[in-house]
Amino acid sequence: MDTTVANTGTEGKTWGGGNQPLKASYGKMMMWFFIVSDALTFSGFLAAYGFSRFKFIGSWPIADEVFTHVPFFHGNYPMIYVAFMTFILIVSSVTMVLAVDAGHHMQKGKVTIYMFLTIIFGLIFVGSQAWEWATFIKGDYGAIQTKGGNILQFGEYVTVDGVEKFKRVAISDIAIDAHGDRVQHERKSGIWFLSEGTLPSYTVEEVYNGLEANPDVLVRTQTLTAEGEKTVLTREESLKQIKENGKLVVEGANLHVNEYGTSLFADFFFFITGFHGFHVFSGVVINIIIWFNVILGTYERRGSYEMVEKVGLYWHFVDLVWVFVFTFFYLV
Amino acid sequence: MADAHKLEILRGLIKFKSNTQKIWGVLILLSIVTAVEVVLGIYKPEALMTQVLSMKLLNWIFIILTIVKAYYITWDFMHMRDETKALRRMVVWTAVFLICYLIFILLQEGGYIEGVYSSEYIKRDF
Repeated sequence: MDTTVANTGTEGKTWGGGNQPLKASYGKMMMWFFIVSDALTFSGFLAAYGFSRFKFIGSWPIADEVFTHVPFFHGNYPMIYVAFMTFILIVSSVTMVLAVDAGHHMQKGKVTIYMFLTIIFGLIFVGSQAWEWATFIKGDYGAIQTKGGNILQFGEYVTVDGVEKFKRVAISDIAIDAHGDRVQHERKSGIWFLSEGTLPSYTVEEVYNGLEANPDVLVRTQTLTAEGEKTVLTREESLKQIKENGKLVVEGANLHVNEYGTSLFADFFFFITGFHGFHVFSGVVINIIIWFNVILGTYERRGSYEMVEKVGLYWHFVDLVWVFVFTFFYLV
Repeated sequence: MADAHKLEILRGLIKFKSNTQKIWGVLILLSIVTAVEVVLGIYKPEALMTQVLSMKLLNWIFIILTIVKAYYITWDFMHMRDETKALRRMVVWTAVFLICYLIFILLQEGGYIEGVYSSEYIKRDF
């Protein structure tokens, strides 16, 4: 099986593929072309995200308020964990390029170690992303969805170090449990093959009663003010909005509802980071396969580690895409 | 083959002795850029909130820094610096042209629809 890099019987045949005007082997060039097409796919997704965001520019969720958690730590740390994930991916890119470099010098031991590290960092990244998803799906404060599909969140003004700030309040902290729980309809009871999703912990009624009992709590809408902050309603307006328009209690996010704001945000989040995570996962699998080949000495016998270089290109591309996802989802 | 690498970054401002050294150098550069992005993202300095070309200056900075990072990942990690000019242009210009075109169309359209929503006046039946 020498077909990938070594002799292909075309040497010197200008019209038979023996001439390489681009000084790149067939496999490497095809990897580049795949990367170009995959880059266009990702830019299609990100541009679609931009389209939806420009469409709802006045009410889009603020990423800093959505992704604020770090595993094993309580408190509010916007961006820290995603920055860590970005760093992990960049480091994995470095170990990959070191493996490629060691391959050029035909150092099997070094290639093995660096590829192993790349795989480990890749797994850390995928794990982090799974955790990020789980946190996002679980949600933290909960919200009320209106008849028109808008999200109303709760909070109160508190003074921290002399500065008045709007602090979010969770619905579980204010809602007054009426103990009138409706039982979730399952397909085994009643009409066959009809079931419904998990019911929210509270009804709109219970949240409204809780809002009435807590005179400091106010409602926040999605609409952004000129300062780029969410609009906070007056006390009367807060009660009125929940009473008249409140329809559904939303906890966390999924493809239908999203407590952080417009459900489009959650849809794009799941779709784009999911597609990227799938790329990372397949990258890890491909890296493992090539790693085994390195250990078995396949490339040592072939006399070239170009295969490592090709998977390296793919791996760097995954890193490249993440740099853009990081900017457009978390920073901008 | 290892000697074929071009070992300068920033137009020859920083020269490296070996390819391995260059890789670590680029890692430091990328880490600094990411750190700057994160610090700006957390503190959001008031001075950078001015509008430039219908977007906040801070967002333009983020986008430019992202492109800087993309450049170094492609040029040094993916060894684009060492490829022939023809291959480089084939890959980069194709992507850059198509992406700019797509982004322009979609953002223009998104902005138009937002205008229709916020001015509460349907200019055209769409």
